[in-house]
Amino acid sequence: MADTNPIKQFEVHTVEFFGRELHFELFGYDLSFTNSSFFMVLTSVLTIVLFSTAMGRRATIPSRSQSVAEIIYGFVADMLRSTAGSDALRFFPFVFTLFIFILVANMLGMFPYFPAPGWHSFTITSHIIVTAALAMMVWLTVLVYGLFKNGPKFFKLFVPSGVPMYILPFVTVIEIISFVSRPISHSVRLFANMLAGHILLKVFAGFIVMLAGALGAAGYLVGILPFAMTLALTALEFLVAFLQAYVFAILTCIYLSDALHPGH
Amino acid sequence: MTLAPEQEAAHGADAAHAASDVFPPFDPTYFPSQLFWLAISFVVLYIALDRFILPKIKTTIEDRRDRIADDLDAAAQAKADAEAAGEAYEKSLAEARSKAHGIAADTRDALDKELAQEAAKVEAELAEKQEAAEASIRAAKDKAFAEVRGIAASATAAAVEALAGVEVSDKDAEKAVDGAMKGA
Repeated sequence: MADTNPIKQFEVHTVEFFGRELHFELFGYDLSFTNSSFFMVLTSVLTIVLFSTAMGRRATIPSRSQSVAEIIYGFVADMLRSTAGSDALRFFPFVFTLFIFILVANMLGMFPYFPAPGWHSFTITSHIIVTAALAMMVWLTVLVYGLFKNGPKFFKLFVPSGVPMYILPFVTVIEIISFVSRPISHSVRLFANMLAGHILLKVFAGFIVMLAGALGAAGYLVGILPFAMTLALTALEFLVAFLQAYVFAILTCIYLSDALHPGH
Repeated sequence: MTLAPEQEAAHGADAAHAASDVFPPFDPTYFPSQLFWLAISFVVLYIALDRFILPKIKTTIEDRRDRIADDLDAAAQAKADAEAAGEAYEKSLAEARSKAHGIAADTRDALDKELAQEAAKVEAELAEKQEAAEASIRAAKDKAFAEVRGIAASATAAAVEALAGVEVSDKDAEKAVDGAMKGA
């Protein structure tokens, strides 16, 4: 009987290559190569390979794959330009890397089975440590670049202009709290969406197996219902996988805009 | 969701790190490993995109934009050239037409002149012939008159001889005839 535990898909475990576990430690930390590491590396390698192949010919009249590469480029560039202005284009490689990394990782997570260690797919963005690291990277970039570029003027970010004096301290406190909590909301949004979606998928898919186990042949017939649900959820999850990558990238753009123009 | 207990147990057994009570996404066992490999993957991807892939896409898009702009310029240039050629054609056509008109007019003038000359020449010849004819008529007339005078004189002399029996010289007879003719 198939495993119906909806949580098992999130487990991180070390993997074997040719019978050897890639287990090693550094400064007392366990840095083993796990299935999570596998999908991180795969995400990067796949992105590099796909883009390099797509842009291999650099044709004036683009092939389909080259069109896709150029459309993604234009999509991210427009997103950054429209939310943070043209001077934000210095962060274009950063935003592009974030977007494409999360997008490809989310899409790889959509495979139920995958030629990977353990033969199951793994969604790296369904782990809070990963999304938190990405969000902290953005937050620190905003903080460091904002202070570096604007100096003390950066703190104008917390003191909005045009607010009456008697509520200004209150607004400032709120602004500071909202700024400090940004990495939390930024990371939890992506993490929770991916986690919940994948649990939901697995739960509904598990119903089919459980119905078949409990009712036999009739169970497979009734199982059509959760199967339809799984199908619909899969489509929804593809949307969520794209949308969350987009949301993460556009929030990054908005935060970077604060670093570039804190005064508004 | 209800899970069969033996299944849970089996699953717990094959999970090597035994932290099966912890919800896996919050299991800190592999946090350092995840951060480490995330850093490697992300940095490698960033460098590859920043150094190689994104500049490639950028130049491709820019090249295409330049190419389109150039082609549009060339098309505008070709259009202007075509219009200029059209104008030149119209102009040369008009020139040719006016030249043709000129040639026609010249030819007509030349023919008119030639005709007039010919006519004048023919007229002159005719006038000359007429004059010559008139002159010869006059000469014949004069000669006839002169002969008439001689005949008249000899007739006068003969008449006078026959009537008066006086021999009259030719000179006197002629004088008399002249006088008579003058008187007439």
